[in-house]
Amino acid sequence: MSEPLLELRNLRKHYVTRQGLLRRAGPPVKAVDGVSLSVQRGEVLGLVGESGCGKSTTGKTILKLIEPTGGSIHFAGEDITHWSRQRMLPLRRQMQIIFQDPYGSLNPRLSIGTILAAPFEIHGTAPAEEIPDRVGALLRLVGLPSEAAQRHPHEFSGGQRQRIGIARALALRPQLIIADEPVSALDVSIQAQIINLLQRLRAELRLTYVFISHNLGVISQICDRVAVMHRGRVVELAPRDSLFFDARHPYTRMLLAAVPQPVPGPRRRVVAEAWSPLGEGALRECAPGHFVAEYSA
Amino acid sequence: MVGAAPPLGAPVLKVEGLGVRIRLGRRYLRALDDVGFVLRRGETLGLVGESGSGKTLTALALMRLVETSAIEADQGAVLFDGEDLLSLPERAMEDLRGRRIAMIFQEPMTALNPVLSVGRQIAEVLQRHLGMKRRAARAQAVALLDQVGIQNAARIARAYPHELSGGMRQRVTIAIAIACRPAVLVADEPTTALDVTVQAQILDLLRDIQAEMGMAMLLITHDLGVVAETAQRVAVMYAGRVIETAPVAALFDHPRHPYTRGLLRSIPRITRERPAALAEIPGTVPGLLALPRGCAFAARCELANAYCTSVRPALEPIGPEHAVACWRHPDV
Repeated sequence: MSEPLLELRNLRKHYVTRQGLLRRAGPPVKAVDGVSLSVQRGEVLGLVGESGCGKSTTGKTILKLIEPTGGSIHFAGEDITHWSRQRMLPLRRQMQIIFQDPYGSLNPRLSIGTILAAPFEIHGTAPAEEIPDRVGALLRLVGLPSEAAQRHPHEFSGGQRQRIGIARALALRPQLIIADEPVSALDVSIQAQIINLLQRLRAELRLTYVFISHNLGVISQICDRVAVMHRGRVVELAPRDSLFFDARHPYTRMLLAAVPQPVPGPRRRVVAEAWSPLGEGALRECAPGHFVAEYSA
Repeated sequence: MVGAAPPLGAPVLKVEGLGVRIRLGRRYLRALDDVGFVLRRGETLGLVGESGSGKTLTALALMRLVETSAIEADQGAVLFDGEDLLSLPERAMEDLRGRRIAMIFQEPMTALNPVLSVGRQIAEVLQRHLGMKRRAARAQAVALLDQVGIQNAARIARAYPHELSGGMRQRVTIAIAIACRPAVLVADEPTTALDVTVQAQILDLLRDIQAEMGMAMLLITHDLGVVAETAQRVAVMYAGRVIETAPVAALFDHPRHPYTRGLLRSIPRITRERPAALAEIPGTVPGLLALPRGCAFAARCELANAYCTSVRPALEPIGPEHAVACWRHPDV
């Protein structure tokens, strides 16, 4: 296998909690607690889990929007864990993020043209006179008319705003996109449009995605490999088919059983298997490329 | 609670030709138009649709929870126990609401009072509607918390909403809703804010309660998976109207409205063979300010013709309990 585009080694993010009158430090909240993953170029790696499992914190830590407590982050072979903001700036062109709520991440006072021009201006990657053309091309790339540049965020529907969020992320031709619940706020018919767009862009621009979602159906549609997270750790990591049809970890199996299927019939009850992590819950390879955290039943 | 309960399957609530309008300055927007369905004892009707389709407004209108100077249910009837709820005096409606017809919401935190213990909030309902004494109501509140699957019910009864998880809070709102053994429960996206494993527990709980009490449930959701596994019949809404209604198997196996079919096709399904691309419904839902003259879905519909864009189709029966509002339904 070639060198991965992204590699996380034992990544940790612990938050200190303050308790009581004297604000003494309580036990740390281990939002991310020893995550090791690698992502190949052109691959879509899914991060799935329930709220609080650490998937979103992992995504933001990759971009160093959150500083890790421990472990390391390697991008294109370089250890960027301790890089300063200054040093990170050129790298930010190559790694971008798409958020769940595009409305919250688009300045309502600015026109779409101004919002999409900002990355070029900040990074100085296009001469000023070329920027309007670049913006128009970006809009067309995500399926919007060039004239959208003159309008403001509130004039667009949720799906269109997510297209704008995607356009902004693509402005600097990144290699890696962290997509953090990018379709979770959208209606199902619009969700399909955005998933298809992301799949088309991946092929056309040879992008690599870390795709974070709580929705297993969405994950199954877009991902090549999937990591299931639980309490800050990866409990199972497998190619898409193995994860969905040959899940080995009791938590993964429960998660899959709980997904309501759009097939009529009474639901079968979800029975949780009792399990607890064994030791540090180290990943063990049970089949080629299929890893399961050690647990005891 | 007095007298013999009607048999399972007997209609308990009928919504007929319900219309709601919203005043905007001197204009009126028709937010709901000719909405109709029947709720039957012991049955769950799934009311599905995307944002802005009018499913929540339908629930609020039948509960009489929307009346302001700007929003008004101006057409149709909501028949319950031989009375039209829309013409009931507000006092009578207050007596009915929470006792005979109860509602639970998507976000339990906003439905609960943050400064009262959950036990007290349940007890208040029992005191207000059933005239129970305080001590008896407190004891009954603990029993209800136990019934909704909360362990250590006596201890949790003294807890405040912020001390509970989202799933626990939703169990508390369910306890409040079922406290008076209502004939109808309106559940508006009751599991949308919850994790999938907690959602499964809450759906199981609602099903158990329904089986035990025989209440009718109106389950409002955007999640077709939840509907498929929970409801017996489904009504699909689009742009303020019901566009298809059918038993759940018929709707999923043979949808007859192009919108229903499109929705079902656009869901990403966990199957071994995955499609190269998901089926899309092009375009977006029309705004209420710009509703077309004909079928509201025509602009997004691959089957639409000139007739569809000029004349609005009414909901017409096409089979056993199956009705659809589409001129082109024979071709779907």
